Amino acid sequence: MTDGLATRAARATPPAAARKIRGLSDRAIAWIFVAPTIFLLLAVNIFPLIWTIRLSFTNFRANRNREVEWVGLRNYERILTDSDIWLTMQATAHFLFWTIFFQVLIGFALAYLINKNFRGSPFWTTVIVLPMMLSPAVVGNFWTFLYQPQIGLFNYVVEFFTGIPASSFEMIGSVNLAPWSIVIVDTWMWTPFVMLICLAGLRSIPAYIYEAAEIDRASKWRQFWTITVPMVLPFLMLAVLFRGIENFKMFDLVVQLTGGGPGSVTELTSINLKREAFEKWRTGYASAYAIILFVTVFGLASIYVKALNAVKER
Amino acid sequence: MSSYSITEPSPRQKWVAGTLVILYAVITILPLVWIIATGFKSPSDAISYPPKIVFEPTLEGYVNLFTTRTRQTEEYLAANPPQTWADEIVRQYDMVIVGPSRYGERFLNSVIIGFGSTFLAVFLGTMAAYAFSRFRVPLKDDLMFFILSTRMMPPIAVAIPIFLMFRSLGLSDTHLGMILLYTAVNISLAVWLMKSFIDGIPREYEEAALIDGYTRFQAFMKVVLPQAATGIASTAIFCLIFAWNEYAFAVLLTSGTAQTAPPFIPTIIGVGGQDWPAVAAGATLFLIPVMVFTILLRKHLLRGITFGAVRK
Repeated sequence: MTDGLATRAARATPPAAARKIRGLSDRAIAWIFVAPTIFLLLAVNIFPLIWTIRLSFTNFRANRNREVEWVGLRNYERILTDSDIWLTMQATAHFLFWTIFFQVLIGFALAYLINKNFRGSPFWTTVIVLPMMLSPAVVGNFWTFLYQPQIGLFNYVVEFFTGIPASSFEMIGSVNLAPWSIVIVDTWMWTPFVMLICLAGLRSIPAYIYEAAEIDRASKWRQFWTITVPMVLPFLMLAVLFRGIENFKMFDLVVQLTGGGPGSVTELTSINLKREAFEKWRTGYASAYAIILFVTVFGLASIYVKALNAVKER
Repeated sequence: MSSYSITEPSPRQKWVAGTLVILYAVITILPLVWIIATGFKSPSDAISYPPKIVFEPTLEGYVNLFTTRTRQTEEYLAANPPQTWADEIVRQYDMVIVGPSRYGERFLNSVIIGFGSTFLAVFLGTMAAYAFSRFRVPLKDDLMFFILSTRMMPPIAVAIPIFLMFRSLGLSDTHLGMILLYTAVNISLAVWLMKSFIDGIPREYEEAALIDGYTRFQAFMKVVLPQAATGIASTAIFCLIFAWNEYAFAVLLTSGTAQTAPPFIPTIIGVGGQDWPAVAAGATLFLIPVMVFTILLRKHLLRGITFGAVRK
């Protein structure tokens, strides 16, 4: 494939530019420059993907040396009819919906406030951004300490603001609160991401539009809903796309925080998949599971990108 | 512009906005401050009830992080007086230092794998980005999308075949294997980000160089690369941060030799559970470089986190 690509790359390069230049021609450079990247991605992404598809039709177990049998679509059938998997899907959906909801709400509000350009706003923006860049596994592990009911900081902050006694509730240990404990940490970590993108959106709105609206005596409220929101919307949708894909894949932060527990109330699909693949060693089954997840992300993302383009063109 | 603008927020609005943002910033930074503070607490201060805000700082967490210790008999302790300040700290528990812990090694692994994969990803990514930016590569949009789509796969899903592949090639738990893997993961970011930077460099510079008799390759080396220096630096920092923070592949594909710090730090245990001051000390040393980088990067942060989609 790479070879056919190269010749086509060469043919497509404009002859005017390639003419009479000593050394390598443009077409040669184009393909020498692109080929290593494509090769690496074929080797580390596409080849494994094809291998996964192959494995998904077998009963292979990576920890055993037995005869591998073809089982056709049985793995897929079992996954799609397994009620436990639907429970992890529900946990993932809960996590996805609420993290995106809070991050959009708080992120947009922060961006709106920072855009007022108060004194010192660049400094405070940098402070707010810090959690986003840190290692989710290391930070997630430390949050288990912050969440400890007697000695952790989190419960005391809650007590300080609401008056609920700190030792009366347990974020990670309780079935009702655990799904919210992961939403809180993810929101803490990734709200700045949405904020930065919204801020770029707000700054892209030219001042003259507001000036024109002011001359037309549109109220501030009306300006907000008819100028600010529609013009930031494409940016906001982009932020949601990124967060959606990332949180669908979520593993490191949550596995360190709750490990999927208590029971399996916070067992997101990636954690469930890790159990199947690397603890139960049902490699074939897990491969089918991985393919289903990939198709789901890819499908949802493609539909979403179409919607995003439609909003942009409006 | 006149001194009065209808779009400029009033002083009162600015004051309210500033107060709310600072309040949020203080709350959001609290967990990080707590990590740093816990690193300087003694184990009993760290788990005191209620949590201690004022405490007497000690380097016990750092000593525990870097050493392995063992309990000794009183005769032994009396016969061997403490040699260093670190010895003295562990003596209060009737312990002696017997050797270094694995933290140093794991940290070094993070450095080697992080820098190795960053170098490769930026090197390959810059070349590919130049070709995508300047030449009419067939199926360009499809290839760019293909490069990006490799990022959509959950890491655990890719890890299954990579685990098998590494096992048969002997790359499991090796630095080389991890460097290649992180390069492949980072290259999508490197290509997209570098393309956005190179797109911003006017073509006229190279065309002038070509007319002066440079070859295309010389023009790339002597004209484009110097212009793209800032872009290359920020792309490198983003790749480094990713490799530095990565956990899923590291925990599944490494166990000893090539294990990086993120899977290691949560396993630091003391008496009766995690040794929180040592964990916090390890986390502090591990997180500080990234905090510094984030401050250096702040102008290009947005471009980096959106793969160059939003340039500001």
